[in-house]
Amino acid sequence: MARVLLRNGRLICPFTGVDRTADVLVEDGRIAAVGHGGGIVTENAEVLDLAGKIISPGFVDLHTHLREPGEEHKETIATAVEAALAGGFTTVCAMPNTQPALDSRITIETVARRSEGLGVRVLPIGAITVGRRGEQLAPLGSMAAAGAVAFSDDGSPVSDAGLMRRALEYSRPMGLPIVTHAEELALSAGGSMHEGAVSARLGVRGIPAAAEEVMVRRDVALAEMTGGRLHVAHVSTVGAVDAIREAKRRGVAVTAEATPHHLALTDEWVAGWEDLDGDGRPPTALGERAYDTSTKVNPPLRSRDHVEAVIEGVRDGTIDAIATDHAPHSPLEKECEYGCGAFGISGLETALGLAMTLVGRGAATLPRLVALLTSEPARAFGLPPQGVREGARAELVVFDPEREWVVDPSRMASRGRNTPLDGHRLRGRVLLTIAGERVWRSPELEAR
Amino acid sequence: MTQTTRTLARALLDVDALGAEGIEEVLEEAGQMRGEDGRPVRSRELAGQIVANLFYEASTRTRVSFEIAARNLGAEVVNVQPSGSSITKGESLVDTVRTLESLGADAIVIRHSEAGAPYLVSRHFDGAVVNAGDGLHAHPTQALLDLLTMRDRFGELRGLRVAIVGDVSHSRVARSTTIGLVLLGAHVRLCGPRTLLPPDGWLEYLPRSERGGGAVQTTSLAEALEGAQVVMALRMQRERQTGGLLPGLREFVRDYGLDREKLSRLAPGAVVMHPGPVNEGVELAPELIVAKDSLIGRQVANGVFVRMAVLRMLLGGERG
Repeated sequence: MARVLLRNGRLICPFTGVDRTADVLVEDGRIAAVGHGGGIVTENAEVLDLAGKIISPGFVDLHTHLREPGEEHKETIATAVEAALAGGFTTVCAMPNTQPALDSRITIETVARRSEGLGVRVLPIGAITVGRRGEQLAPLGSMAAAGAVAFSDDGSPVSDAGLMRRALEYSRPMGLPIVTHAEELALSAGGSMHEGAVSARLGVRGIPAAAEEVMVRRDVALAEMTGGRLHVAHVSTVGAVDAIREAKRRGVAVTAEATPHHLALTDEWVAGWEDLDGDGRPPTALGERAYDTSTKVNPPLRSRDHVEAVIEGVRDGTIDAIATDHAPHSPLEKECEYGCGAFGISGLETALGLAMTLVGRGAATLPRLVALLTSEPARAFGLPPQGVREGARAELVVFDPEREWVVDPSRMASRGRNTPLDGHRLRGRVLLTIAGERVWRSPELEAR
Repeated sequence: MTQTTRTLARALLDVDALGAEGIEEVLEEAGQMRGEDGRPVRSRELAGQIVANLFYEASTRTRVSFEIAARNLGAEVVNVQPSGSSITKGESLVDTVRTLESLGADAIVIRHSEAGAPYLVSRHFDGAVVNAGDGLHAHPTQALLDLLTMRDRFGELRGLRVAIVGDVSHSRVARSTTIGLVLLGAHVRLCGPRTLLPPDGWLEYLPRSERGGGAVQTTSLAEALEGAQVVMALRMQRERQTGGLLPGLREFVRDYGLDREKLSRLAPGAVVMHPGPVNEGVELAPELIVAKDSLIGRQVANGVFVRMAVLRMLLGGERG
């Protein structure tokens, strides 16, 4: 890459507190200059006129399933990186539920090594317990030394409260968060969707909201007792939001994330009643896509009252960050009966479009939304700030907040095409992502 | 083209998509399938067509009913009963359906333990699909035969008071029959212990009735039965007890098992129904099963007429 001049965009950088029209000159993977709009004059650079577009630090995803090692038919580190770039992400935190699980120094190093040179920073999360079996603490110290940025048994809860307590205690001096996948299995077992009116109508076994809330409350109590750092993954319920809000008020070291799909979609989607805007369409017969497993995700898409509570949690700061829980699957795991389908949505590439619905409904300003995707997740995990500053490594995204586009899974970069948004119109499109030497351009940008 | 013909041109997945008029169309057709002598009118109308009964759950009654219905119309019937092990071995439903399509099946009648399985089938199969029961979700031909049976007795269903009693939560029959009744303007009371009733909110997702129909839920049997013209008992699965949903069957029988004394609250001329097979002495006292106000035998007979009507509408000449 030679030189690219991003001219006249609206630079929103929550790390540096900047929100103004600016030029950014990128040279050989570094930010060579940041100037006032139209202020940088240079030769031998590709010039992109970005009036009306946003220039922001690259997005940071706290919750990505890379599937490598072990499930490369679903996704590889390389394809996940392409999906990340297409979604505007320049940092992804890799969940350890691979095969084998990332539960040792060696496996953490393997992921780190395989990710080198791909542009996007891939930061491994270590398992809390050996093999994610919930029986014995994994070597958290060795993994931290090898570069793990957090610990989680994501995909499964740590059901043993005593073990969770020790994990929070033991990790405390390392300053790394324990990420809880909050699910009480005694309540959720056998369920495939949110338990409520829609699951009753569909005859699908439900996962009650309380399965999340009781576990969040348990873990908050353990974090409070131990002084450990707790991060709550994919918050989806009224009760969990309340529990985290109360805990923060008491000064407990807890942070939380919500996914774009839990902020924008409801359990009505499982019945094929797709209604992004939420203006009540009368439920009559089931929709065309009833029982489509692309809506099957854990935690499940919740009912509207829960969605509203999570949005309120984002609005008032109870929820710190937006994280994708990108969970790619192959048709093998998804083209089946609803109850048999794998949980998960391929989410990196639709994250911005779904998250932009927060702006559309007035729950977040554009700068706040950018913060939820950049500085806030970085702060939650204690990652080094990556502001748009002269001399820094170029980690940038350019997006058009107004641009509408239609989701076409066949054109996704991820190997996982499992999205319920097939054919849906989203507003907010990533046009350009720069991750060091790596430059990703959207087809729209190429066509200009 | 109306919603009805469009829906029945491809599949019968549940009664909701039929709407009130569509349901009546099927019931009319089912009436045509019943001769003056009360026996099925046999024909060769579907000669040369292949109906595949794909039953992932054992169900002799429903399968035989479909088989007789198809044969009465001259169709060939193949019974595919995948063993549980072939499912776990990874022969997916989609594989099986594609195979049946390649083998020339014109219709698939599917029974499956997973809700929504027929919707998956209809997305991967070019022929006709009939839902013969999917998990806890729907059993549309059972609903249609229930409606036909009630209509035979009461004529108009608008305003009819129907109590459905027992394990509502785990009953696809309760769901489909309730939807059909509501669409046709009946008043349904769903009744059972709280752990066997769906959350009340599910009633909000029933189709809107243009005929004043509606449904409510109650744990009080007395309330449900008071003045009802039809009481339908649901089959009580014994594993509910072990699943921790009930303290025991004895308590269920005491509170919800139907007997003569409890039925004294019904309206004069009321009838007893049950989708079968009955657990005698659990949801129904034995004497009620063969009593003269029991329509259980009629339900079984009507099943054949309804299934003939459905197959004929899906596969018959006027199709497309």
